Amino acid sequence: MSTDRAEAGRYDFALRPPRPPAPVDHGNEDLPIPLETRVEMYRLQQELRQFEKRAYDLFMQNLVKGTSHLSLGQEAVAAGVAAAIRPDDYSFATYRGHAHTLARGVGMGPVMAELLGREDGLLGGKGGSMHLTSVEHGMMGSYAIVGAHLCIANGAAWSAQIRGTDQVAVAFFGDGTTNIGAFHEALNFAVVWKLPVIFVCENNLYMEYTPSDFVTAVPHPAADRAPAYGLEAVLVDGNDADAVYEAARKAVELARSGGGPSLIEAMTYRHGGHSRADPGKYRPDGEVDAWMKRDPIPMYHQRLLRLGVAEGQLTEIQQEVAQRVDDATEYAKASAPPGDAALMTDVWADGGSAWRN
Amino acid sequence: MAELNYREAVAHGIAQEMRRDPLLVMLGEDIADAGGVFKTTVGLLDEFGPERVRDTPISEQAIIGAAAGAAMTGIPTIAEIMFSDFIAVCFDMIANEVAKARYMTGGQISVPMVIRTANGGGSRFGAQHSQSVENWCMMIPGLKVVAPSTPVDVIGLMAASIRDPDPVVFFEHKSLFATKGEIPDGEIVDTLGTAAVVRQGTDCTIVALALMVPRALEAADRLAEDGISAEVIDVRTLVPLDTETLLGSVAKTGRLYTVEENPRLCGWGAEITSIVAEEVFWDLDGPIVRITTPHVPLPSAEALEDLAIPSADRVYDTVVKSMG
Ligand SMILES: Cc1ncc(C[n+]2csc(CCOP(=O)(O)OP(=O)(O)O)c2C)c(N)n1
Ligand SMILES: [Mg+2]
Repeated sequence: MSTDRAEAGRYDFALRPPRPPAPVDHGNEDLPIPLETRVEMYRLQQELRQFEKRAYDLFMQNLVKGTSHLSLGQEAVAAGVAAAIRPDDYSFATYRGHAHTLARGVGMGPVMAELLGREDGLLGGKGGSMHLTSVEHGMMGSYAIVGAHLCIANGAAWSAQIRGTDQVAVAFFGDGTTNIGAFHEALNFAVVWKLPVIFVCENNLYMEYTPSDFVTAVPHPAADRAPAYGLEAVLVDGNDADAVYEAARKAVELARSGGGPSLIEAMTYRHGGHSRADPGKYRPDGEVDAWMKRDPIPMYHQRLLRLGVAEGQLTEIQQEVAQRVDDATEYAKASAPPGDAALMTDVWADGGSAWRN
Repeated sequence: MAELNYREAVAHGIAQEMRRDPLLVMLGEDIADAGGVFKTTVGLLDEFGPERVRDTPISEQAIIGAAAGAAMTGIPTIAEIMFSDFIAVCFDMIANEVAKARYMTGGQISVPMVIRTANGGGSRFGAQHSQSVENWCMMIPGLKVVAPSTPVDVIGLMAASIRDPDPVVFFEHKSLFATKGEIPDGEIVDTLGTAAVVRQGTDCTIVALALMVPRALEAADRLAEDGISAEVIDVRTLVPLDTETLLGSVAKTGRLYTVEENPRLCGWGAEITSIVAEEVFWDLDGPIVRITTPHVPLPSAEALEDLAIPSADRVYDTVVKSMG
């Protein structure tokens, strides 16, 4: 936590304490996670990584319009949580939601087509990158107003409670989100209603361009606040899918058994900028380098090799994913822009948009 | 047949629907044990239990968010926002989340929820507890907006709002809570998007909403004594808007007056005025006149608040002056 300033209104990055990634924890190798689950998390991380790289390329080619917020570098969080929940559970993401959508098993083609604003897009071209949703996959939406979806995730958890299912709801959000009122309202509400909801903070150290520790009262924006709401302060290495999986598994178990909400703060880092073509120049070189060395995917690759998975199997996964990304790209490019009629549909349940007779 | 006041009609309408749909739940501040700060939810906790009628913390975003999340996953909800002024602290939820969920997900998400809230002035509560803010919601695509003026309409439109698969913001008027009306026996279900001609007339059309309806009617009575036959229309729902009834009436009378409790700029009457001007302009016999609260925050003192909000006198005077 540093509020040192070289001059008024200007943060002195040189004075800020370095925030390197956690060192590799070989102890996580011993966690009792089935090997097939680990291989699945590897596959997911490959999917998210390769998809996001392609999304970036397509943005630079001006095929993805508007904006996009990539999860490059943060894949272990999405993969670890997705592997710990059931297909009928609910997830709620932010505008940085490609990864969380794909991690629920949503097809790459429709997601890519949505980024390109095509009629075969997941949302028919009406939502775009920031609103990816697939109700049939339990992916209840990507929300672009910071904080709101934490409150909405509570509602999905409440609904599961009322219907007597043991579904859980997961809300992903960033470090910067912990300073908006909705975050605090959501936590208190979830605790007093003992809702089966899991709040997962992806702490990538930055809001858009400002390091969040410069504007946050405590060093760990989510975990340090949790005890104020009677929750355990759970801090995990968000660049280690096993660590995330284990924390998520415990939280899910608690929620399913009626034990109420949990909060997990996963420390991670985005490899690129906040959005679009942001080069992320506001970040000190040493910091970026240190985190690139702790890229979650090569680390996990090595771990799987040590655990006895053949290099060939991992290569095969990479290649198969690469093929699917290519296919999705072709699918998206081949899809037409939405027809004019789409403009006026789906405001109301009757499929239309009439506001008068 | 029974006589109920507007306040009791709220609970009556909700109870009717909670009996019909065992999944329907309701949440808000002080609504359960306390029966609501306006006593509009008295008896619901006793009949339906604490799982279905739930008190919340003072967290308007969490309230609307929870209602929305439950609604989009199979549980229809009623959320109470104690005073409509507080919509401002959860306007993101209402305007950006609830209203847009269906459209921006390509039709995947439905949010069958009702947001009930106590609206309007006349209670000497001052600028932050007296506003009429139905126009805030009217301007957002994806929201239906309802504001009944009588007990029977409260029940029927409440039922229609709850049964509607889209989000509805339901404005209950604070100054109407004590007004009484006859309630027919049996289930009452009305239709959204229907205005009511509450008094027939031939010389001018006075369009009003909620508390402005009884005032428009009182003015019409006095106008009749002067030989001016005013037709009074209770808009009842702003979205969907029953333009057929409004345009038909103006085409017949040739004169339009809107009576709005909102401050002047962008009140709902401006929208009705523009529709009338675009579509039945040649049927008009004189300028359209909007009677509104002036563009000021509402003051608290009795004398000033009464001066601000359109009164029957002001409606009467305005019509006489412009038709004279
Ligand atoms: C209420 C609100 N305020 C501001 C923004 C603009 N904004 C978009 S993303 C962002 C940064 C959020 O940071 P964080 O929560 O750390 O998430 P990250 O982008 O790092 O994943 C901001 C300020 C917004 N979308 N909503
Ligand atoms: Mg961040």
